[in-house]
Amino acid sequence: MKILMVLILAFGCILAGGWIFRFLGRKVSGNKPYFRDMGLGVAFGYVFAALALAWLLWAYAQSHSNDPITANKFFFLGKAVEGFLLFSFAAWVFRFFGRKIGTSTSKRIFRSMPLTASFGVLTILVYAVVSIFAGWLAPYGQEEILSSANIVPGGNPNIGGSPEFPLGTDQIGRDILSRLIYGAQNTVGIAFATTCLAFFLGGTLGFLAATLQGWVDQFLSRGVDVLMAIPSLIFALLLMTIASAWAGSEQSLLTYYMIVIIAVIDSTRVFRLSRAVGLNIVVMDYIEAAKLRGEGLAYLIFREILPNAYAPLLAEFGLRFCFVFLTIASLSFLGVGIQPPMADWGTMVRDLAQFINFAAFAPQVASAPLLAAGAIALLTVAVNFVVDWMLQKTSGLKE
Amino acid sequence: MTAIVKIIAQRLALGFLTMFVVSVVIFVAVNLLPGDFAEAILGQGATPEAVEAIRRDLGLDQHPVKRYLSWLAGAVQGDLGNSFAQANFAAFVGADAGSGLASVATQIAPRFENTMFLAGVTALIAVPISLVLGILAALYRNSAFDRATNIFTLSSISSPEFFLAYILILFLAVMNPILPSLSNIYEGMGLGERLTKTLLPALTLTLVVMAHMMRMTRAAIINLLASPYIEMARLKGISPLLIIMRHALPNALAPIINVIALNLAYLITGVVVVEVVFVYPGIGQLFVDSVKIRDIPVVQACCLIFAGAYILLNLTADILSILSNPRLRQPK
Repeated sequence: MKILMVLILAFGCILAGGWIFRFLGRKVSGNKPYFRDMGLGVAFGYVFAALALAWLLWAYAQSHSNDPITANKFFFLGKAVEGFLLFSFAAWVFRFFGRKIGTSTSKRIFRSMPLTASFGVLTILVYAVVSIFAGWLAPYGQEEILSSANIVPGGNPNIGGSPEFPLGTDQIGRDILSRLIYGAQNTVGIAFATTCLAFFLGGTLGFLAATLQGWVDQFLSRGVDVLMAIPSLIFALLLMTIASAWAGSEQSLLTYYMIVIIAVIDSTRVFRLSRAVGLNIVVMDYIEAAKLRGEGLAYLIFREILPNAYAPLLAEFGLRFCFVFLTIASLSFLGVGIQPPMADWGTMVRDLAQFINFAAFAPQVASAPLLAAGAIALLTVAVNFVVDWMLQKTSGLKE
Repeated sequence: MTAIVKIIAQRLALGFLTMFVVSVVIFVAVNLLPGDFAEAILGQGATPEAVEAIRRDLGLDQHPVKRYLSWLAGAVQGDLGNSFAQANFAAFVGADAGSGLASVATQIAPRFENTMFLAGVTALIAVPISLVLGILAALYRNSAFDRATNIFTLSSISSPEFFLAYILILFLAVMNPILPSLSNIYEGMGLGERLTKTLLPALTLTLVVMAHMMRMTRAAIINLLASPYIEMARLKGISPLLIIMRHALPNALAPIINVIALNLAYLITGVVVVEVVFVYPGIGQLFVDSVKIRDIPVVQACCLIFAGAYILLNLTADILSILSNPRLRQPK
């Protein structure tokens, strides 16, 4: 109740501030149209944004204060602000060089790119490089158990860190930085493979249904309807139970089962899209011509329909990858996904989660699980930004 | 009027059919398990005689179709079988057979209520906020506010639930102890206390579902703003807020209702991860625990309940959007 009162009071104060801001603006600028026609809502927005920015600056200053207790309290906020600025700057630099270097086509793409999309492209590139070259980049092996456990991240010896392990070690003494890097390879690699499999299955069947129609279409579509009636995470968990019984004592097989299960579940969504896209294409005259030429089914699907369905399928690939990636991370977090000793971000979050409770005394300790969870979030956010930009570009959503 | 009743009856029949087929799929999937329940219960100590006794007791020696029908008949009457969690050989044979068994229904019932409570609290927070934000974003489209909310919602949609959950725990429970980070709900708790303990998981879920609803509201309204009648209203000199509230919103209701219902369906089914993070005693947590120890009857029952809720909400969304849009009432 008290919090509610405070909120209402704050709202009223900001509203009054907005009114005063607009009033002063009108007086000072001599009733310029911009201030004259300004709604109270817009004025409210300006004052609110100014207050929020001021608070953020104050909080950032607090995070660098000399008093360790205050500094600890604002540690994460400070890091978040620094991270945000760093990422924005990196994205800006990337776009700047993208506009200067390269062929005229790539320059044109970079010129129309918003900052969020350039951030997305840059992040995806970095993840790709890290996951491909994980073996060279990681200082230690992913399963290697080193001499000392529970080293604090940050590399500061005064609070229990070690410069040898910049992000510390986990409970049984594995280097967290190496595991994060290998996690990129395992988690992203497996998610990518799963998405490819889902697209191969769903795309082929979808185009097949669109080309053949008749009972094949009916059979496949109704089957997909039934599979889609069960929520995907729930269905995945049910099938994983069965898979774990099949795998028996060979737990490493479970990862392969998981790839197949998630690919099948997600291929239903791909099927829907590719069937809808395919149905629009098969009525075209060039398909008719190809059919009259006597081309086979495979030729029709892969040489005639597929090249004309690239754009929507590519955007769907990005979104689907996000879903698959998040499903795998969630399954691993719940303990039924990618199996140890393989390093994987979802499992890391679960194993390290308890350290969050120490954040009030030593924020560095709590950063380990957040790094793994943040690594997942960063990639999906990046892919979503890129897909959002692509969709906006192709559909021309202007207003 | 009769046309509407007919359409609703059709949808309901379709929903029942889907539910039936889904129950078949779940049953078949579970029966793909190697070995059978009897061996799963007994584990290491499976002697042929014991396995035989349990098989007979559970009716596993009968034909699958017959077993399916009896399972379905039980499920319809609320009898979902017995949990394996505490089951052992002694529970099945001898004089006190059935004493050591916890029925699935008694395990699920209180947890189902908890999950519905969590979903309800979340819906109460998320739906109004996302509608208001969506309308504001449509009103001030392409402004700094619109762009900021776009980035914020896109990020919160794409983050995994546990990331959002731990961020909220970090800021609202550990750094500033305002809310409890563990939701140990028990029976006979006061409503106020129960609400405080539910608030953190509810806020996490709000972040997850709000983004989608808000973006959909914004898109549905903006889609309509190019139509001639909106232009007419604008030329009459009505204020932008009134144009949206009076003219655009009623026509945008169908997609908005649809996305709200879909997100509520997500709330009931997607709570699994959030419940695990906050140790919230809901059906999702029970489900994950049962998956880990392979407690098949519970997994089966949870799956059926989740699928049922999902189908029911989708059905509601369908019917509501038909009711709100007269054009959909005419069969094509």
